[in-house]
Amino acid sequence: MDRKDKSNLKVTSVTPFPLKCPNFTETISSYSVMDRRKFVKNSVWASFAGLMGTDIVYGNYLREGYVPLGAQDPDPFQLFHKDPEMVLLNDKPWNMEARAHLLDDKITPNKYMFIRNNGLVPENIEASQWTLTIDGESVREQKTYSLEELRTGFPTHTYQLTLECGGNGRSEFDPPAKGNQWSIGAVSCAQWTGVRLRDVLEDAGIGDDAVYIGYHAADMHLSRDPSKEPISRGMPMAKALQDETLLAFQMNGKAIPLAHGFPLRLVGGGWPASVSGKWLNRISIRNKVHDGAKMGGSSYRVPCETVAPGDIVPEENMCIIESMPVKSLITYPKSGAMLPLGKKLGIRGHAWAGELEVKKMEYSIDFGSTWSSCPVEKPANRLAWQHFSAKVDFPKKGYYEVWARATDSNGVAQPMLLPGWNPKGYLNNACHRIAVKIT
Amino acid sequence: MDEHRTFWKRTRGIYRFLIVVCSLAVVLSIVVFYVKGDTLTWEKVGEKGYTALPEDGDRIENGTHLRTGLKEGEGLMETVNNCTTCHSAKLITQNRMDRERWVATIRWMQKTQNLWDLGENEEIIVNYLVTNYPPGRKGRREALTEPEWYKLED
Repeated sequence: MDRKDKSNLKVTSVTPFPLKCPNFTETISSYSVMDRRKFVKNSVWASFAGLMGTDIVYGNYLREGYVPLGAQDPDPFQLFHKDPEMVLLNDKPWNMEARAHLLDDKITPNKYMFIRNNGLVPENIEASQWTLTIDGESVREQKTYSLEELRTGFPTHTYQLTLECGGNGRSEFDPPAKGNQWSIGAVSCAQWTGVRLRDVLEDAGIGDDAVYIGYHAADMHLSRDPSKEPISRGMPMAKALQDETLLAFQMNGKAIPLAHGFPLRLVGGGWPASVSGKWLNRISIRNKVHDGAKMGGSSYRVPCETVAPGDIVPEENMCIIESMPVKSLITYPKSGAMLPLGKKLGIRGHAWAGELEVKKMEYSIDFGSTWSSCPVEKPANRLAWQHFSAKVDFPKKGYYEVWARATDSNGVAQPMLLPGWNPKGYLNNACHRIAVKIT
Repeated sequence: MDEHRTFWKRTRGIYRFLIVVCSLAVVLSIVVFYVKGDTLTWEKVGEKGYTALPEDGDRIENGTHLRTGLKEGEGLMETVNNCTTCHSAKLITQNRMDRERWVATIRWMQKTQNLWDLGENEEIIVNYLVTNYPPGRKGRREALTEPEWYKLED
């Protein structure tokens, strides 16, 4: 599924809904098909004006009744300023991933950054009116901050942080796991700027019995039921209090793009990216493990003890994913390169290891029979991915695969085969490989 | 001169009358269009709060339901109507599950995502899903899919 599907998408996304979502009946399903113009004008304009990213700023200057191009044809590639080579997995909610060769930049630009949404992108965001509330059982004093108060009241920090979807690589599991079928492109490492979550939590006051923080955000549940949150996850206090855990208002030096959480995002690098709540408006300091949406069941949880492929795992035997495992990607060249015998092939890519650092990088051109080490750079900061490169020699003509394998600071390496099966297909950190032909 | 003035007075009267009538007509037509426009030019909304889609909205070509991308098969429309209201059909076409897991997915949506009771449609839908989107064996690692070969230039 890639951009070929866009024509199809065009049709699906503007067709009004023939049946009803609960609690949604009155507003949407009563539109007849021919009401489309009206529908587009009233609701799509409202939602997509917000989706147009930079256009929000000039929204006031648009003539009333003017429907911008983006709303008439919600092409997600244009809407979210994504490269057309990105792969669209889902259009409701929006989910889009990169391909390995698109992730070649050391700092991931927006156009190559994967989108993982659980609900609907919030509409009509007013950054000047936006607030963040710190509450919960274990807050000393409930406090609310405007964005301006956050920006000016606390020191600002910038870190490059690796965000990888917990389900990155899900498409390879057997038996297949339910959910968006990510291949390898649900990972990014952008530069995030904001204030430390720790500073803000301490300003409100952290009770002695604090265990966890849970985030709440402005995105809407797919059923449009206002009493439901699409996702409300969080992290233990130890992670919340790390230097690198940010309340970010900038990505790569600019306002965060709408699809990535404008105007405020929690960012906790090295953990499943679902920990990094977008469109953040509230953080609860909890006296127990946060119990928001997608904290329980099989969501972002794996069997505490390993299971056989396909096993049914009772809920109480599932444990929350914390640090992501060691992994790497060959981002150059793109798979499928042909070159003449005698020519060296320069390869490069990134490696990351959740809370840990990558200590060793190797590649193999003989399906893992022999491995050669190659240099891997230190990370720009803790929790940033690291870059590796190598010059590869091929002994004779033929078909090759270049496999890459990273080892973390605990001596744990990527497996060549799929790692342990789990019901939702998380944590696939099997070695990445590219095909090469020597002619 | 007198004759002229009388003529002018009369015509002015007619002009005024015409202006008023025309303005009224314009105002009236705008009002009617606004109030009745929906029912005059647009399809009437069905009793249950939704209408059937236009004929080509459910067109099927080469075994694919064009609007959603779902495969043609028994239970297609039940699946389209119940499963693509809240989420994209892409969430279905991406997935491969056996009966037990498709049912478990429906239960999960009913428990947490506001999915309604599917009644007798449930069996039709599950049959459709298992028939058209069953799991295939992938093994512990699949072969690389045939890449697009290209000459690597420096």
